[in-house]
Amino acid sequence: MLGLAPFACYVALFLVVPTVAVVIGAFQTPGGGFTLGNIAVAAHAPYSNGFIESLELALVTSVVPGILGVFVAYAVHTSRVRVLRRVVFTASGVFANFGGVPLAFLFIATLSATGVATVWLKDMSISLTSRWLFTFQGVALVYMYFQVPLMVLIVTPALNGLRPAWREASQNLGARSWQYWRHVGGPVLAPTVLGCTLLLFGFGLSAYATARALTAGTIPLTPIQIGDVMNGNVIAGQQNVGMALGLGLIVVMAVVLVLYTMLQRRASRWLSR
Amino acid sequence: MVVPVVAADTALRRDGDTSAGGRSASLSWRRIRAWRGIVLGLTGIFFLLPLYAALRFALENNLGHLTLAAFSAIPHTTGFIPAFLLSVRLAAVTMAITMALIVPTTIYVHVKYPKLLVAFDAITFLPVGIPPIVLIIGVLQSAPFVLKSTPYLLALEYVILAMPFAYRSLDAGLRAIELKTLVDASRSLGGSWLATLWRVIVPNLRSAFLSAMILTLALVFGEFTMASLDLYTTLPVWVVNTDSITAHVSVAVSFLSLALTWVLLLALSSVDRRRFARRALIVEGT
Repeated sequence: MLGLAPFACYVALFLVVPTVAVVIGAFQTPGGGFTLGNIAVAAHAPYSNGFIESLELALVTSVVPGILGVFVAYAVHTSRVRVLRRVVFTASGVFANFGGVPLAFLFIATLSATGVATVWLKDMSISLTSRWLFTFQGVALVYMYFQVPLMVLIVTPALNGLRPAWREASQNLGARSWQYWRHVGGPVLAPTVLGCTLLLFGFGLSAYATARALTAGTIPLTPIQIGDVMNGNVIAGQQNVGMALGLGLIVVMAVVLVLYTMLQRRASRWLSR
Repeated sequence: MVVPVVAADTALRRDGDTSAGGRSASLSWRRIRAWRGIVLGLTGIFFLLPLYAALRFALENNLGHLTLAAFSAIPHTTGFIPAFLLSVRLAAVTMAITMALIVPTTIYVHVKYPKLLVAFDAITFLPVGIPPIVLIIGVLQSAPFVLKSTPYLLALEYVILAMPFAYRSLDAGLRAIELKTLVDASRSLGGSWLATLWRVIVPNLRSAFLSAMILTLALVFGEFTMASLDLYTTLPVWVVNTDSITAHVSVAVSFLSLALTWVLLLALSSVDRRRFARRALIVEGT
């Protein structure tokens, strides 16, 4: 067991201690006394709006890529062209890891007021408002760029676990395609798909860099608000309110992870890893 | 678009292969072919268009002429070199710690305490649950001054951020080899633990190592949240700050960083494929 000590110490020092520091700080005055005031401030406007907006963004950017990702993964999975598989998986690996700043700039070149796609859309007489990219919808679209590939990557192992024998058996028993999906494929895949979608929800909720680089804080999202508070952009000495907001995110993420673990356990009944 | 055409082609061939017979089956394959084409086509456009747009934006000057000016201006733009070097140093330290800490611990648990793997899985997954923006405020709150005054505090935290990904690729590599057999064989032939680790396990994990390192590298070079709150100008922080001066250069750097990640991962996947091709077949058969 002694061999685990360095790892345990490292995780304790650089993950557990900071997390505990945020939780404690959320209940402290700048002087160090106990207070519920930070939580009260965090629960009211403008921070409550930020929280709702963040949850909405996470919901949209997890459900849509969740569904889309399954379709893409399945389309590639059933294809027999190996090159297609390889290209899609490598591309997914790249795009899924490609959040943040560079992504924001790719889309600024595409959909800002003078972007390539904006000009094309104008030719088709669809005109976006000049700041569309920096609104809720615009940010949601940009998040798709890493959420969809992420879904493809994490849901594919489950698709590989769907045994061809099950499909053949149901066909031999006279089942149609939709019946197979309704009674066999669907129920087997459902926990995995739900679990992966939850994970996307978590990533969407905690993403900061993309939204920051894109909007410079024009839409109120909790991570952005935390950043503003910590940088002293709002009022100096509000660090503890930032920690109260952080505590809110930690609580939601904890719920997400617990549900995810439960769904994974359920999924492993039919799909061994 | 090449992608949907290829996909449609396979669907056609599968029709002959596997249809259970009858008109309804071939009809459903045609429908599948159609939706597959649409799904892959639209997705392809969505993912390629921003790349095209970024490349064009980076290559065009204000008058609309094609020029490489934005790319060749990168090294001369104020602050690029220090920011790039800082990111390189952080990446080196992060990878060194990952090598020295995460890799041995993962192997150790696999060999000695396989029963703890479920718990270890869960622990290495924890960083996913703490948003980086929250983690960094906790770090800045709790770290001693000695650490706070150096940029390497970031590297120490990047090890934590990269852990879920690094661990998972190592774990997959360890599960793909017959670890117990290899260890038993080496031990019964009189090999010490160190010799077993260094001469038996490590050579079998080369591609898992490589993928763990590349993921770590990509993470360090892309990380913005923690660096910006810790007030250090790493490469991504520099890109955002530079945007207000020269947008073309910012887009050019963004495009280059994507292209570089792509090349690295493509190289990795071909190494992976060569090493695991035979083994993968066996695993699929069982």
